[in-house]
Amino acid sequence: MKPMDSPARGGISPEQLLYARILDYGMKAGLAVLIAGFAAYLGGALPVQLPFEELPRLWALPVGDYLRDSGMPMGWGWLAMLDRGDVLALTGIVLLAGVSVPCLVVLAFAYAGRGDWAYFGIALALIGVLVLAASGVFGSH
Amino acid sequence: MNNNRHTAHHRLRGWAALFALTSPALACAAGAPEAAVPWWLWPLALFGVCFVLGMIAVPAGIGGGVLFVPIVSGFFPFHLDFVRGAGLLVALASALAAGPGLLRGGLADLRLALPLTLLASVGAIIGALVGLALPTAVVEVALGITILCIAVLMWSAKRSEFPDVTRPDSLGVALRICGVFHDAQSGRDVDWRVHRTPLGIGLFAGVGVLAGVFGLGAGWANVPVLNLVMGVPLKVSAGTSGFILSIVDSAAAWVYINKGALLAIIAVPSVIGIMLGAFIGARLLRVLRASAIRRLVIAMLLLAGARALMKGMGWWT
Repeated sequence: MKPMDSPARGGISPEQLLYARILDYGMKAGLAVLIAGFAAYLGGALPVQLPFEELPRLWALPVGDYLRDSGMPMGWGWLAMLDRGDVLALTGIVLLAGVSVPCLVVLAFAYAGRGDWAYFGIALALIGVLVLAASGVFGSH
Repeated sequence: MNNNRHTAHHRLRGWAALFALTSPALACAAGAPEAAVPWWLWPLALFGVCFVLGMIAVPAGIGGGVLFVPIVSGFFPFHLDFVRGAGLLVALASALAAGPGLLRGGLADLRLALPLTLLASVGAIIGALVGLALPTAVVEVALGITILCIAVLMWSAKRSEFPDVTRPDSLGVALRICGVFHDAQSGRDVDWRVHRTPLGIGLFAGVGVLAGVFGLGAGWANVPVLNLVMGVPLKVSAGTSGFILSIVDSAAAWVYINKGALLAIIAVPSVIGIMLGAFIGARLLRVLRASAIRRLVIAMLLLAGARALMKGMGWWT
Protein backbone atom coordinates (compact mmCIF):
# COMPACT_ATOMS: atom_id res chain seq x y z
CA MET A 1 0.00 0.00 0.00
CA LYS A 2 1.30 3.43 -0.94
CA PRO A 3 1.98 5.53 2.14
CA MET A 4 0.16 8.85 2.49
CA ASP A 5 2.09 12.10 2.26
CA SER A 6 2.39 13.44 5.76
CA PRO A 7 4.72 15.51 7.87
CA ALA A 8 7.34 13.71 9.90
CA ARG A 9 6.49 12.45 13.39
CA GLY A 10 5.36 15.25 15.65
CA GLY A 11 5.08 17.65 12.72
CA ILE A 12 1.44 18.54 13.30
CA SER A 13 0.82 20.87 16.20
CA PRO A 14 -1.97 20.15 18.73
CA GLU A 15 -3.52 23.51 17.77
CA GLN A 16 -3.75 22.40 14.15
CA LEU A 17 -5.45 19.12 15.09
CA LEU A 18 -7.87 20.97 17.38
CA TYR A 19 -8.74 23.41 14.59
CA ALA A 20 -9.30 20.50 12.18
CA ARG A 21 -11.69 18.78 14.61
CA ILE A 22 -13.87 21.86 15.15
CA LEU A 23 -13.84 22.71 11.45
CA ASP A 24 -14.94 19.17 10.62
CA TYR A 25 -17.95 19.33 12.98
CA GLY A 26 -18.92 22.82 11.84
CA MET A 27 -18.59 22.04 8.14
CA LYS A 28 -20.71 18.89 8.41
CA ALA A 29 -23.38 20.68 10.46
CA GLY A 30 -23.45 23.53 7.92
CA LEU A 31 -23.79 21.17 4.97
CA ALA A 32 -26.56 19.18 6.70
CA VAL A 33 -28.53 22.37 7.42
CA LEU A 34 -27.91 23.59 3.85
CA ILE A 35 -29.31 20.42 2.29
CA ALA A 36 -32.23 20.10 4.75
CA GLY A 37 -33.18 23.77 4.34
CA PHE A 38 -33.07 23.57 0.56
CA ALA A 39 -35.12 20.36 0.53
CA ALA A 40 -37.73 22.06 2.73
CA TYR A 41 -37.73 25.06 0.36
CA LEU A 42 -38.19 23.01 -2.80
CA GLY A 43 -40.65 20.68 -1.07
CA GLY A 44 -42.92 23.60 -0.25
CA ALA A 45 -42.83 22.99 3.51
CA LEU A 46 -43.05 26.74 4.13
CA PRO A 47 -44.44 29.72 2.19
CA VAL A 48 -41.86 31.56 0.10
CA GLN A 49 -40.96 35.24 -0.13
CA LEU A 50 -40.14 35.00 -3.84
CA PRO A 51 -42.71 33.06 -5.91
CA PHE A 52 -41.00 30.46 -8.09
CA GLU A 53 -42.47 31.87 -11.30
CA GLU A 54 -40.98 35.29 -10.43
CA LEU A 55 -37.45 33.91 -10.10
CA PRO A 56 -36.39 34.19 -13.78
CA ARG A 57 -37.15 37.92 -13.73
CA LEU A 58 -35.51 38.51 -10.34
CA TRP A 59 -32.29 36.53 -10.83
CA ALA A 60 -31.49 38.52 -13.97
CA LEU A 61 -31.52 41.85 -12.09
CA PRO A 62 -28.55 43.63 -10.47
CA VAL A 63 -28.68 43.12 -6.72
CA GLY A 64 -29.97 46.66 -5.99
CA ASP A 65 -32.97 46.26 -8.32
CA TYR A 66 -33.57 42.73 -7.04
CA LEU A 67 -33.78 43.95 -3.43
CA ARG A 68 -36.17 46.74 -4.40
CA ASP A 69 -38.48 44.41 -6.38
CA SER A 70 -38.37 41.40 -4.07
CA GLY A 71 -38.65 42.99 -0.65
CA MET A 72 -35.75 40.85 0.54
CA PRO A 73 -33.75 42.45 3.38
CA MET A 74 -30.07 43.37 3.56
CA GLY A 75 -27.69 42.51 6.40
CA TRP A 76 -29.18 40.32 9.13
CA GLY A 77 -32.77 41.31 8.33
CA TRP A 78 -33.35 37.80 7.00
CA LEU A 79 -33.43 36.49 10.59
CA ALA A 80 -36.91 38.00 10.97
CA MET A 81 -38.09 36.05 7.90
CA LEU A 82 -37.09 32.51 8.80
CA ASP A 83 -40.70 31.39 8.36
CA ARG A 84 -40.12 31.73 4.59
CA GLY A 85 -38.71 28.68 2.81
CA ASP A 86 -36.36 30.60 0.53
CA VAL A 87 -34.94 32.58 3.46
CA LEU A 88 -34.59 29.49 5.65
CA ALA A 89 -32.60 27.87 2.84
CA LEU A 90 -29.92 30.54 3.38
CA THR A 91 -29.27 29.39 6.97
CA GLY A 92 -26.85 26.66 5.92
CA ILE A 93 -24.92 29.17 3.82
CA VAL A 94 -24.58 31.49 6.80
CA LEU A 95 -23.37 28.61 8.97
CA LEU A 96 -20.74 27.65 6.39
CA ALA A 97 -19.59 31.27 6.08
CA GLY A 98 -19.29 31.55 9.88
CA VAL A 99 -17.72 28.22 10.78
CA SER A 100 -14.15 29.56 10.80
CA VAL A 101 -14.87 32.00 13.62
CA PRO A 102 -15.35 29.45 16.46
CA CYS A 103 -12.33 27.54 15.13
CA LEU A 104 -10.23 30.69 15.36
CA VAL A 105 -11.55 31.54 18.85
CA VAL A 106 -10.48 28.15 20.19
CA LEU A 107 -7.17 28.50 18.35
CA ALA A 108 -6.53 31.93 19.89
CA PHE A 109 -7.06 30.49 23.39
CA ALA A 110 -4.74 27.59 22.58
CA TYR A 111 -2.01 29.97 21.43
CA ALA A 112 -2.50 32.16 24.51
CA GLY A 113 -2.20 29.07 26.72
CA ARG A 114 1.17 28.30 25.14
CA GLY A 115 2.35 31.89 25.39
CA ASP A 116 2.58 32.20 21.61
CA TRP A 117 1.53 35.84 21.64
CA ALA A 118 2.35 36.61 18.00
CA TYR A 119 -0.07 33.97 16.74
CA PHE A 120 -2.57 34.82 19.46
CA GLY A 121 -2.57 38.36 18.04
CA ILE A 122 -2.90 37.14 14.44
CA ALA A 123 -5.79 34.80 15.34
CA LEU A 124 -7.49 37.62 17.27
CA ALA A 125 -7.06 40.03 14.33
CA LEU A 126 -8.54 37.43 11.96
CA ILE A 127 -11.52 36.96 14.26
CA GLY A 128 -11.97 40.74 14.26
CA VAL A 129 -11.88 40.92 10.45
CA LEU A 130 -14.39 38.07 10.03
CA VAL A 131 -16.75 39.41 12.72
CA LEU A 132 -16.64 42.86 11.15
CA ALA A 133 -17.38 41.35 7.72
CA ALA A 134 -20.24 39.29 9.17
CA SER A 135 -21.67 42.21 11.14
CA GLY A 136 -22.76 43.97 8.00
CA VAL A 137 -20.72 47.10 8.76
CA PHE A 138 -19.24 46.89 5.27
CA GLY A 139 -22.16 45.51 3.38
CA SER A 140 -25.66 46.32 4.49
CA HIS A 141 -25.99 49.94 3.40
CA MET B 1 -16.60 -7.47 -25.09
CA ASN B 2 -20.29 -7.28 -24.21
CA ASN B 3 -19.34 -5.90 -20.85
CA ASN B 4 -17.26 -3.16 -22.49
CA ARG B 5 -20.10 -2.28 -24.81
CA HIS B 6 -22.48 -2.18 -21.85
CA THR B 7 -20.14 0.14 -19.92
CA ALA B 8 -19.66 2.38 -22.97
CA HIS B 9 -23.44 2.49 -23.44
CA HIS B 10 -23.90 3.55 -19.80
CA ARG B 11 -21.23 6.24 -20.15
CA LEU B 12 -22.91 7.54 -23.29
CA ARG B 13 -26.25 7.71 -21.52
CA GLY B 14 -24.62 9.53 -18.61
CA TRP B 15 -23.09 12.16 -20.89
CA ALA B 16 -26.39 12.47 -22.78
CA ALA B 17 -28.20 13.13 -19.49
CA LEU B 18 -25.63 15.76 -18.51
CA PHE B 19 -25.93 17.35 -21.94
CA ALA B 20 -29.71 17.45 -21.55
CA LEU B 21 -29.27 19.15 -18.18
CA THR B 22 -26.93 21.79 -19.55
CA SER B 23 -28.72 22.31 -22.86
CA PRO B 24 -30.86 25.30 -21.83
CA ALA B 25 -27.69 27.25 -21.08
CA LEU B 26 -26.18 26.32 -24.43
CA ALA B 27 -29.44 26.98 -26.26
CA CYS B 28 -29.82 30.45 -24.78
CA ALA B 29 -26.16 31.27 -25.41
CA ALA B 30 -26.90 30.39 -29.04
CA GLY B 31 -29.76 32.89 -29.08
CA ALA B 32 -32.87 30.89 -28.10
CA PRO B 33 -35.38 32.89 -25.99
CA GLU B 34 -34.97 32.36 -22.23
CA ALA B 35 -38.71 32.69 -21.62
CA ALA B 36 -39.26 29.42 -23.49
CA VAL B 37 -37.38 27.56 -20.76
CA PRO B 38 -39.32 26.64 -17.58
CA TRP B 39 -37.75 28.25 -14.49
CA TRP B 40 -36.89 24.95 -12.78
CA LEU B 41 -34.73 23.83 -15.70
CA TRP B 42 -32.14 26.52 -14.91
CA PRO B 43 -31.29 25.37 -11.36
CA LEU B 44 -31.33 21.78 -12.64
CA ALA B 45 -28.96 22.69 -15.48
CA LEU B 46 -26.81 24.59 -12.99
CA PHE B 47 -26.59 21.48 -10.82
CA GLY B 48 -25.54 19.43 -13.89
CA VAL B 49 -22.90 21.93 -14.97
CA CYS B 50 -21.51 22.21 -11.45
CA PHE B 51 -21.39 18.43 -11.15
CA VAL B 52 -19.25 18.30 -14.32
CA LEU B 53 -17.09 21.21 -13.12
CA GLY B 54 -16.52 19.47 -9.78
CA MET B 55 -15.60 16.26 -11.59
CA ILE B 56 -12.91 17.87 -13.73
CA ALA B 57 -11.67 20.36 -11.12
CA VAL B 58 -10.07 17.73 -8.89
CA PRO B 59 -7.99 15.99 -11.61
CA ALA B 60 -7.05 19.44 -12.96
CA GLY B 61 -5.81 20.52 -9.53
CA ILE B 62 -8.08 23.57 -9.23
CA GLY B 63 -10.89 24.47 -6.83
CA GLY B 64 -13.74 24.82 -9.28
CA GLY B 65 -14.66 28.41 -8.40
CA VAL B 66 -12.38 29.73 -11.13
CA LEU B 67 -14.41 27.81 -13.73
CA PHE B 68 -17.78 28.44 -12.10
CA VAL B 69 -17.98 32.24 -12.34
CA PRO B 70 -17.02 32.73 -16.01
CA ILE B 71 -19.00 29.72 -17.25
CA VAL B 72 -22.18 30.34 -15.26
CA SER B 73 -22.14 34.11 -15.85
CA GLY B 74 -21.48 33.52 -19.54
CA PHE B 75 -24.05 30.86 -20.31
CA PHE B 76 -26.83 31.24 -17.71
CA PRO B 77 -29.38 34.07 -17.34
CA PHE B 78 -28.34 34.89 -13.75
CA HIS B 79 -26.98 38.36 -13.02
CA LEU B 80 -23.25 38.50 -12.36
CA ASP B 81 -23.87 39.74 -8.78
CA PHE B 82 -25.57 36.44 -7.83
CA VAL B 83 -23.07 34.35 -9.79
CA ARG B 84 -20.15 35.92 -7.91
CA GLY B 85 -21.86 35.34 -4.55
CA ALA B 86 -22.51 31.70 -5.49
CA GLY B 87 -18.94 31.38 -6.85
CA LEU B 88 -17.50 32.36 -3.48
CA LEU B 89 -19.74 29.84 -1.75
CA VAL B 90 -18.72 27.10 -4.18
CA ALA B 91 -15.05 27.82 -3.46
CA LEU B 92 -15.74 28.16 0.27
CA ALA B 93 -17.68 24.89 0.56
CA SER B 94 -14.99 22.97 -1.34
CA ALA B 95 -12.26 24.47 0.86
CA LEU B 96 -14.20 23.72 4.06
CA ALA B 97 -14.81 20.14 2.99
CA ALA B 98 -11.11 19.60 2.26
CA GLY B 99 -9.82 21.63 5.24
CA PRO B 100 -9.98 19.10 8.10
CA GLY B 101 -8.24 16.39 6.07
CA LEU B 102 -5.54 18.76 4.87
CA LEU B 103 -4.83 19.96 8.41
CA ARG B 104 -4.80 16.47 9.93
CA GLY B 105 -2.60 15.12 7.15
CA GLY B 106 -0.14 17.96 7.56
CA LEU B 107 -0.59 19.08 3.95
CA ALA B 108 -1.87 22.44 5.21
CA ASP B 109 0.20 24.35 7.76
CA LEU B 110 -1.51 26.72 10.20
CA ARG B 111 1.61 28.74 11.06
CA LEU B 112 2.19 29.39 7.37
CA ALA B 113 -1.46 30.07 6.58
CA LEU B 114 -2.55 32.46 9.34
CA PRO B 115 -0.31 35.50 8.62
CA LEU B 116 -1.10 35.26 4.89
CA THR B 117 -4.82 34.84 5.53
CA LEU B 118 -5.09 38.00 7.60
CA LEU B 119 -4.28 40.51 4.86
CA ALA B 120 -5.85 38.33 2.18
CA SER B 121 -9.15 38.46 4.10
CA VAL B 122 -8.97 42.24 4.35
CA GLY B 123 -8.23 42.34 0.61
CA ALA B 124 -11.17 40.03 -0.12
CA ILE B 125 -13.59 42.29 1.77
CA ILE B 126 -12.31 45.37 -0.08
CA GLY B 127 -12.54 43.45 -3.37
CA ALA B 128 -16.12 42.35 -2.70
CA LEU B 129 -17.18 45.91 -1.90
CA VAL B 130 -15.45 47.27 -4.99
CA GLY B 131 -16.84 44.48 -7.18
CA LEU B 132 -20.42 45.12 -6.10
CA ALA B 133 -20.03 48.88 -6.58
CA LEU B 134 -18.60 48.73 -10.11
CA PRO B 135 -20.84 48.69 -13.21
CA THR B 136 -21.55 45.12 -14.37
CA ALA B 137 -20.01 45.66 -17.82
CA VAL B 138 -16.73 46.83 -16.26
CA VAL B 139 -16.60 43.76 -14.00
CA GLU B 140 -17.38 41.49 -16.96
CA VAL B 141 -14.56 42.94 -19.05
CA ALA B 142 -12.13 42.72 -16.12
CA LEU B 143 -13.32 39.17 -15.40
CA GLY B 144 -12.74 38.17 -19.02
CA ILE B 145 -9.22 39.60 -19.01
CA THR B 146 -8.45 37.96 -15.63
CA ILE B 147 -9.73 34.55 -16.75
CA LEU B 148 -7.70 34.73 -19.98
CA CYS B 149 -4.61 35.61 -17.90
CA ILE B 150 -5.33 32.66 -15.57
CA ALA B 151 -5.50 30.35 -18.60
CA VAL B 152 -2.11 31.63 -19.78
CA LEU B 153 -0.72 31.29 -16.23
CA MET B 154 -1.97 27.70 -15.98
CA TRP B 155 -0.44 26.91 -19.35
CA SER B 156 2.96 28.45 -18.73
CA ALA B 157 3.60 28.47 -14.96
CA LYS B 158 6.49 26.42 -13.73
CA ARG B 159 6.34 24.62 -10.41
CA SER B 160 9.04 23.49 -8.08
CA GLU B 161 8.45 20.28 -6.09
CA PHE B 162 10.98 21.19 -3.36
CA PRO B 163 12.19 24.80 -3.73
CA ASP B 164 15.60 25.60 -2.29
CA VAL B 165 15.42 28.25 0.44
CA THR B 166 19.00 29.11 1.38
CA ARG B 167 18.32 32.29 3.35
CA PRO B 168 15.00 32.43 5.24
CA ASP B 169 13.80 36.00 5.80
CA SER B 170 13.68 37.53 9.26
CA LEU B 171 9.87 37.75 9.45
CA GLY B 172 9.50 34.07 8.53
CA VAL B 173 12.10 33.17 11.17
CA ALA B 174 10.45 35.38 13.81
CA LEU B 175 7.06 33.74 13.15
CA ARG B 176 8.71 30.28 13.09
CA ILE B 177 7.18 29.43 9.73
CA CYS B 178 8.84 26.14 8.92
CA GLY B 179 8.11 22.44 9.01
CA VAL B 180 9.08 18.92 8.08
CA PHE B 181 7.24 17.28 5.22
CA HIS B 182 7.36 13.56 4.57
CA ASP B 183 7.28 12.89 0.85
CA ALA B 184 5.85 9.45 0.22
CA GLN B 185 7.12 9.32 -3.37
CA SER B 186 10.78 9.76 -2.48
CA GLY B 187 10.35 8.35 1.03
CA ARG B 188 12.30 11.18 2.63
CA ASP B 189 11.58 13.91 5.17
CA VAL B 190 12.00 17.38 3.72
CA ASP B 191 12.73 20.35 5.95
CA TRP B 192 11.05 23.42 4.59
CA ARG B 193 11.20 27.08 5.51
CA VAL B 194 10.22 30.27 3.75
CA HIS B 195 11.76 33.35 2.24
CA ARG B 196 10.28 36.63 0.95
CA THR B 197 7.50 36.47 3.59
CA PRO B 198 6.61 40.21 3.41
CA LEU B 199 6.32 39.99 -0.39
CA GLY B 200 4.18 36.86 -0.03
CA ILE B 201 1.86 38.61 2.45
CA GLY B 202 1.52 41.58 0.07
CA LEU B 203 0.76 39.33 -2.90
CA PHE B 204 -1.85 37.43 -0.88
CA ALA B 205 -3.59 40.73 -0.11
CA GLY B 206 -3.76 41.39 -3.86
CA VAL B 207 -5.03 37.89 -4.58
CA GLY B 208 -7.71 38.41 -1.89
CA VAL B 209 -8.89 41.55 -3.70
CA LEU B 210 -9.27 39.57 -6.95
CA ALA B 211 -11.15 36.80 -5.14
CA GLY B 212 -13.57 39.36 -3.69
CA VAL B 213 -14.12 41.34 -6.90
CA PHE B 214 -14.80 38.32 -9.11
CA GLY B 215 -16.06 35.73 -6.62
CA LEU B 216 -13.28 33.37 -7.64
CA GLY B 217 -11.57 30.95 -5.33
CA ALA B 218 -7.95 31.94 -5.63
CA GLY B 219 -6.03 28.66 -5.54
CA TRP B 220 -4.74 29.38 -9.06
CA ALA B 221 -2.78 32.32 -7.58
CA ASN B 222 -2.16 31.11 -4.02
CA VAL B 223 -0.18 28.03 -5.03
CA PRO B 224 2.35 29.88 -7.27
CA VAL B 225 2.87 32.56 -4.58
CA LEU B 226 3.50 29.96 -1.86
CA ASN B 227 5.60 27.70 -4.07
CA LEU B 228 7.56 30.02 -6.36
CA VAL B 229 7.73 33.21 -4.28
CA MET B 230 7.96 31.89 -0.71
CA GLY B 231 9.69 28.58 -1.42
CA VAL B 232 7.13 26.21 0.14
CA PRO B 233 7.12 22.58 -1.18
CA LEU B 234 4.47 22.11 -3.85
CA LYS B 235 2.21 19.72 -1.92
CA VAL B 236 2.27 21.88 1.21
CA SER B 237 1.55 24.92 -1.02
CA ALA B 238 -1.51 23.25 -2.54
CA GLY B 239 -2.82 22.04 0.83
CA THR B 240 -2.22 25.35 2.62
CA SER B 241 -3.82 27.26 -0.26
CA GLY B 242 -6.98 25.17 0.14
CA PHE B 243 -7.10 25.94 3.84
CA ILE B 244 -6.50 29.67 3.30
CA LEU B 245 -9.50 29.77 0.95
CA SER B 246 -11.74 28.47 3.73
CA ILE B 247 -11.18 31.74 5.62
CA VAL B 248 -10.56 34.29 2.84
CA ASP B 249 -13.64 33.29 0.83
CA SER B 250 -15.82 33.43 3.94
CA ALA B 251 -14.69 37.04 4.54
CA ALA B 252 -15.75 38.00 1.01
CA ALA B 253 -18.90 35.84 1.16
CA TRP B 254 -20.15 37.84 4.17
CA VAL B 255 -20.13 41.02 2.08
CA TYR B 256 -22.22 39.33 -0.63
CA ILE B 257 -24.59 37.85 2.01
CA ASN B 258 -25.05 41.22 3.72
CA LYS B 259 -25.58 43.00 0.40
CA GLY B 260 -28.33 40.48 -0.43
CA ALA B 261 -26.41 39.13 -3.44
CA LEU B 262 -27.25 35.54 -2.66
CA LEU B 263 -30.12 33.47 -3.99
CA ALA B 264 -30.60 30.01 -2.50
CA ILE B 265 -31.96 28.73 -5.82
CA ILE B 266 -28.60 29.55 -7.46
CA ALA B 267 -26.13 29.00 -4.61
CA VAL B 268 -27.34 25.69 -3.15
CA PRO B 269 -27.54 23.58 -6.36
CA SER B 270 -24.10 24.95 -7.26
CA VAL B 271 -22.54 23.96 -3.94
CA ILE B 272 -24.14 20.50 -3.87
CA GLY B 273 -23.37 19.86 -7.56
CA ILE B 274 -19.72 20.80 -7.33
CA MET B 275 -19.17 18.83 -4.13
CA LEU B 276 -20.78 15.68 -5.55
CA GLY B 277 -18.77 16.13 -8.74
CA ALA B 278 -15.55 16.56 -6.75
CA PHE B 279 -16.36 13.34 -4.90
CA ILE B 280 -16.49 11.50 -8.26
CA GLY B 281 -13.52 13.48 -9.60
CA ALA B 282 -11.31 12.30 -6.75
CA ARG B 283 -12.02 8.71 -7.88
CA LEU B 284 -11.45 9.59 -11.54
CA LEU B 285 -7.93 10.72 -10.66
CA ARG B 286 -6.76 7.13 -11.08
CA VAL B 287 -8.21 6.63 -14.56
CA LEU B 288 -8.01 10.04 -16.23
CA ARG B 289 -4.85 11.61 -17.63
CA ALA B 290 -4.31 14.76 -15.57
CA SER B 291 -2.54 16.51 -18.47
CA ALA B 292 -5.53 15.94 -20.79
CA ILE B 293 -7.95 17.29 -18.17
CA ARG B 294 -5.68 20.27 -17.62
CA ARG B 295 -5.74 21.08 -21.34
CA LEU B 296 -9.53 20.78 -21.30
CA VAL B 297 -9.74 23.21 -18.36
CA ILE B 298 -7.47 25.70 -20.11
CA ALA B 299 -9.64 25.49 -23.23
CA MET B 300 -12.78 26.04 -21.11
CA LEU B 301 -11.15 29.04 -19.40
CA LEU B 302 -10.21 30.54 -22.77
CA LEU B 303 -13.78 30.10 -24.04
CA ALA B 304 -15.41 31.41 -20.85
CA GLY B 305 -12.93 34.30 -20.58
CA ALA B 306 -13.55 35.33 -24.18
CA ARG B 307 -17.31 35.08 -23.60
CA ALA B 308 -17.11 37.32 -20.48
CA LEU B 309 -14.95 39.82 -22.34
CA MET B 310 -17.32 39.96 -25.32
CA LYS B 311 -20.38 40.18 -23.07
CA GLY B 312 -18.82 43.08 -21.17
CA MET B 313 -17.92 44.85 -24.42
CA GLY B 314 -21.45 44.31 -25.73
CA TRP B 315 -20.23 42.18 -28.67
CA TRP B 316 -22.05 38.99 -27.62
CA THR B 317 -24.85 39.55 -25.14
